[in-house]
Amino acid sequence: MSERTDQQALLEVRDLTVHHGQLRALDRVRFAVFPGEVYAIIGANGAGKSTLLRTICGLHRPTEGSILLDGTDVTGLRPERRATRGIVMVPEGRRLFPSLTLDENLQVGATYARRGPWTTDRVYELFPWMRDRRNQRTAQMSGGEQQSVAIGRALVANPRVLLLDELSLGLAPVVVQRIYGMLPQILATGLTVVLVEQDVSQTLRVATHIHCLLEGRSTLEGRPADVTAEQVEAAYFGLQGSNQLWHGSTRSSRAC
Amino acid sequence: MAWVNAIIQGVLTGGLYALFACGLSLMFGVMKVVNLAHGDLAVVAGYVAVGVITVTHIPVLWSFLIVVPLMAVVGYVLQRTILQTALNRSVLTTLMVTFGLSAVIENGLLQFFTANSRAIGTGLALVSDSFKLGSQIQIAYLLVVIFTVAVAVLLGLQYFLSASKYGRLIRAVADDREAAQLCGADYRHVFGIAAAVAFGTVALAGIAYGMYSQLQPTTGTDTILLFAFAAVVIGGLGSLWGTLLGGVVLGVAQQIGAQINISYEVLAGYLVFLAVLVLRPQGLTARRAQS
Amino acid sequence: MSLVSDTTERSLESYRITRSRRNVAWTGAGALVVVVVLALFPYIVYSGTTTIMLQGFIVLTLASMWNLLAGYAGLVSVGQQAFVGLGAYFVLIFAIHGVSPFAALPVAAIGCGVAALPLWWLVSRLRTGYFAIATWVLAATVMLIIERFSSIGGGTGMPLPGLSGFTGTLLTAYTYWIGLAVTVIALATMYILLRGRLGLVLTAIRDDEVAARSSGARVGLARMLVYVVAGVGCGAAGGVLAISQLQVQPGAVFSIQWTAEMAFAAIIGGLGTIEGPILGTAVYMVLQQTLQSYNAWYLIVLGLVAMAVVLIARRGLWGLVDDHLHVRLFPVGYWLWTGERGRRRGERAKGPRHRLD
Repeated sequence: MSERTDQQALLEVRDLTVHHGQLRALDRVRFAVFPGEVYAIIGANGAGKSTLLRTICGLHRPTEGSILLDGTDVTGLRPERRATRGIVMVPEGRRLFPSLTLDENLQVGATYARRGPWTTDRVYELFPWMRDRRNQRTAQMSGGEQQSVAIGRALVANPRVLLLDELSLGLAPVVVQRIYGMLPQILATGLTVVLVEQDVSQTLRVATHIHCLLEGRSTLEGRPADVTAEQVEAAYFGLQGSNQLWHGSTRSSRAC
Repeated sequence: MAWVNAIIQGVLTGGLYALFACGLSLMFGVMKVVNLAHGDLAVVAGYVAVGVITVTHIPVLWSFLIVVPLMAVVGYVLQRTILQTALNRSVLTTLMVTFGLSAVIENGLLQFFTANSRAIGTGLALVSDSFKLGSQIQIAYLLVVIFTVAVAVLLGLQYFLSASKYGRLIRAVADDREAAQLCGADYRHVFGIAAAVAFGTVALAGIAYGMYSQLQPTTGTDTILLFAFAAVVIGGLGSLWGTLLGGVVLGVAQQIGAQINISYEVLAGYLVFLAVLVLRPQGLTARRAQS
Repeated sequence: MSLVSDTTERSLESYRITRSRRNVAWTGAGALVVVVVLALFPYIVYSGTTTIMLQGFIVLTLASMWNLLAGYAGLVSVGQQAFVGLGAYFVLIFAIHGVSPFAALPVAAIGCGVAALPLWWLVSRLRTGYFAIATWVLAATVMLIIERFSSIGGGTGMPLPGLSGFTGTLLTAYTYWIGLAVTVIALATMYILLRGRLGLVLTAIRDDEVAARSSGARVGLARMLVYVVAGVGCGAAGGVLAISQLQVQPGAVFSIQWTAEMAFAAIIGGLGTIEGPILGTAVYMVLQQTLQSYNAWYLIVLGLVAMAVVLIARRGLWGLVDDHLHVRLFPVGYWLWTGERGRRRGERAKGPRHRLD
């Protein structure tokens, strides 16, 4: 794990406040993600996790606050411009293109790709089963397979920050484990991952840092090794005394 | 016999109608825009072709080389500006805007060119002549050419959509606009490309019709738009080759109606359209009934 | 969530809901005065003026109907000319059989309402865009069918019998009055319908159709009712048209121009309000009168303005008036008064009123 204090944060979220109409979904959320980390955002349903990712990748406009990529403010950029800069999301529910084949889905992901190690061939190496089914429509595939294709589609764009929104949704635990098992190979190519999950135990196994949200507010931030299960539970469910942001015992520097 | 002649005539006319219809179908399939000015834009292309021919004296059949790209550019610009703004509001807005555009174009043409009809006279024997099959059947060369062009255009569209980069992008954006954005695609630009392609076909349709028949300010709606729509519905929404089938059915229905009584021609076509609407609203090519 | 805390903060303040901001009796009285004054016109002004006014009445009725369809029910129909034509032809048919056109008018209008039912059945399943063109095709079909019958004039039309007993001035006056009556009834009907249950259902559909359906609103029924009412209204206008022109020609009464005029007037005036079409018709009349010598120009300008309104000033001219003066002549919405100090986050800082319609 890189020492955070002497590096430029790759992705920085500053005082992000987001509304859905009258409803405040996120309230002054802030954190920083450094290269090579697996930064996990956890929380119950409606905590604002997906809204956070959607705002980071540009599908949602914040009311206040900013998002910085490598020190550059990208808050005003449209989603497609952020994607070409390196913020690529695997959206909740996969959202593959139903009328396109597996291969075509990947090709669309590669259309505006940055230069980098990931190509469609490399994705086929990561997921060998895809080669035989490259001309199949993705609508006929299982949830786990679709999730892999969605990840592949994001990878071929050669992102710098890969956003994973609720990978485990609708998938059997075995499948989820297998997919998360791919993470090391993905990280090895120099990516940084920010993921959103409801499945806390899975998250604690793969994440380098966790950040818990409750009703739009940050309630916990730190490294898995530094927090106890009780603390996570309290932050997740909003039990007594946990409405303030709690940091892991080894204080990770907060981006200001 | 007159009936066989009529049916062949109807089938070939179906090619012209398919040419009318494919642009409409494309724009609806991709952007969910029903362009009520669709037919009027074809008429504009026809008038422009007449103008270009008059001014530059180029061979008539090559006028499309100028007019089609020109209309494609017009389509891109129109989509990026007016239609996108309308789309951002709602589908109702796009309808009202394109209806307004249709009225403006028609009345503009009426104002500047009067109600007189114009035709794109090619002066070639090809256009006015016909050939005979057997002793009884007479087929106009022009219709065969138009039908061939229509098939070529549909093949081209199919290839474009299935195998090209922009074709893929267009299908992706049509499927899921946000997911396409996440892949780095600016959907506004992709919509513009789709509109450019649609307008290109519209230009071809207008020129073809100008050669086959007369162009008047009201032709855009009376004939082109309504026939295009009837062809799309009969053939099946969302199917490119369906528009050819729909066009052929429409053409044949019209010719059969004309055989019964010359003034039944257009009505017969619409009655078939209504029948399809009642009995099989998803069209002849769709597999399931859509909600 | 923050919404909860905001509301609980202000739970002690009182909420009051009213139908209108000012006393609606004033508007009612005002409307009555206007109608009476208009009714006196044939005695006061030249017949040239009443003829122009009559045209305005026809367009106003039509625009109100188009507003009802598009502004309230979300149905963009470009085939309303079918009902205009049907209304004219129903009057003609009755007149041929000896009934006075004036007496035939209400029956013709109802006839159009009945005719609207099968037409609705044909097109109601289509989604917005295709619904629009389908109505156009239907109108063209209706015209083509009617042209088949030479007994009512075939393709060239025929004069309207039954009016030869009236002198010129008297005929103009009666025509004017029936035009006025149709317009008043149309507006009154709209007001009553929209103020009641139908208005609630339509607003619910407009806001969120799925939610409206699941809470029991009969969405399809509401839309059908609107389509039928619009058919009646357009048919009545068509009947007035026939009487005013003393002849019925298919090309004239089934012309798409009618839809263009009613749509543009409704759009420019402001969709979704009853006052809008009034303003829009006024604009239409001004344009038509000033640009009259330039043939098709007034429609070009009208179309361009309508496009601009739809894209920019979405709520039309009346919307602009409304935004600044908060006035409703025909109150069909609700006002929520939250007390002088309450102000929800995100609201404009102008006053404590929140419009709920």
